[in-house]
Amino acid sequence: MMKKYAKTHEWVQVEGKVATVGISNFAQDKLGDVVYVDLPQVGKVVKKGETLMSIESVKAASDVYAPVSGKVLQVNEKLNDQPELVNKDPEGEGWLVKIEMTNPNELNELLDEGAYKKHCEEEE
Amino acid sequence: MHPYIPHTDEEIQQMLHAIGVEHIDDLYKDVPITVKELKIPKGLDEFTVLSTLESIAQKNAVIEKKNIFMGAGIYSHYIPQVVESVSSRPEFVTAYTPYQAEVSQGTLQALFEYQTMICELTGMEVANSSMYDGASALAEAILMAHRINNKHKVLISQAVHPEYIQTSRTYTCAQKLSFQIVPLNGSGMTDTAVLKNSIDDDSCAVVIQYPNFFGIVEDLRAIKEVAKDLVFIVVAEPFALTVLEPPATFGADIVVGDGQPLGIPMSYGGPTVGFFATLEKHVRKMPGRLIGETTDVDGNKGYVMILQTREQHIRREKATSNICTNHALMAVRNAIFMGVLGPNGMKEVAYKSYSNAHYLAERIQQKGYKLIFDGPFFNEFAVRMTDDYDSKWRKIFQHGVLAPLPLGWYFNQYKDGALACATEVNTKESIDKFVELLGRDGI
Repeated sequence: MMKKYAKTHEWVQVEGKVATVGISNFAQDKLGDVVYVDLPQVGKVVKKGETLMSIESVKAASDVYAPVSGKVLQVNEKLNDQPELVNKDPEGEGWLVKIEMTNPNELNELLDEGAYKKHCEEEE
Repeated sequence: MHPYIPHTDEEIQQMLHAIGVEHIDDLYKDVPITVKELKIPKGLDEFTVLSTLESIAQKNAVIEKKNIFMGAGIYSHYIPQVVESVSSRPEFVTAYTPYQAEVSQGTLQALFEYQTMICELTGMEVANSSMYDGASALAEAILMAHRINNKHKVLISQAVHPEYIQTSRTYTCAQKLSFQIVPLNGSGMTDTAVLKNSIDDDSCAVVIQYPNFFGIVEDLRAIKEVAKDLVFIVVAEPFALTVLEPPATFGADIVVGDGQPLGIPMSYGGPTVGFFATLEKHVRKMPGRLIGETTDVDGNKGYVMILQTREQHIRREKATSNICTNHALMAVRNAIFMGVLGPNGMKEVAYKSYSNAHYLAERIQQKGYKLIFDGPFFNEFAVRMTDDYDSKWRKIFQHGVLAPLPLGWYFNQYKDGALACATEVNTKESIDKFVELLGRDGI
């Protein structure tokens, strides 16, 4: 399975036409303790780069941008009661939503792990 | 250049250029009346201003409280002197939550107590530290309902205060929300059969007033049964809540109302304060300020503003609402008033209001007038008078009595109707006197 990153610190893991989306470990570390995950409604249609949802930490409420265009198929309901999963396991159990992609070509515009790592180092 | 605005002409030109506007007046062309057209007269000296205002103030008719039989959203109640003196303390006298809020522990604690009392009254889990008034609180509740389910159709009972409906329409006009008015049945309650048939996939919320505009106590359980998938918004009157089952019992999602009955003078209809309560699961969609209780590093109790991440000074255009303020002084007055009366005192006021209103209804009916609805009422009821009731109302006013509201002011179909109200401040004598006036020849 292919994993890619957006410059705005979301990750995408693709299986067929479905992309699982979360925020990177780097992003969760910058946010600090997550206290609330404002999940989008299932069925919401988003374009790449648009606001998908927001995550509230003790520091701020931050937007999560859609790394790919498509329709929200599923949201991680566990986060309603355990928002801290985003801190504990951001790239695993702390995933946010699954998106049915309308334009898989957009994946080519995202960074691979190596390029993303470099991007984070530049942001530090 | 204006002496207090430190922009040079050159800077102003640069800014206008950047936004593609030629002249500063172009920024105001959407405002229908400009300052130049206002024709404001020349300034006057202090003495002349005061005398002019005094002579205008002389025109106010002061009606004795016991002679007020008009409610319709603003109610006459007795306000103990201690409410006046405590709430006029300079530490409390501010319209808003203070800047550097945490330094103002007294204000925050008063607001925290206020929120707690509103939760107790409504039965809800969380209340904010107030809105501008009942009407704007309802408008905000509707916007919040839209945030909760992203749907667009609002089903609103015909027996919600007409001005609240108007305010809600104004607030939401840019939001693609539509309103459908749900009519009443013969008891004066919102018709649940019509409500049921009006619900579709895009229905967002149902709005019911409790007791409703015509004074009738709505069957909230029946409403919830037919509208269980909608956001359930209840507009409530605080004194009624002390004796009625609270809206939370029937599954309300948001309860709003006007806090004027709780220690705020009628004052020509304002300023008042709105209360706003909801369930914890909706709290992040809620507008307004929230005060929380916490402990500091030394373990001392302290009060802070919480969940500010929803608010516009943090989230800017992505804020939950553009309301991140409140009517702090009015809310504090509510808290002091409720604190002074206590739960039992408030119930006593409610029971006295109930029995006065029912005595008034009995006396009016003895004069041959009929109630418009047969549903149960609290301190207000609608009665059919005569087609010339509006002129009767004016004649009775000349006798120092504020008679029941002519319903024709708001509704064409109730042109001969009146909305009567009594509270604890009316007396048997004042009620008898009003009923005698009503039946007198020439009135």
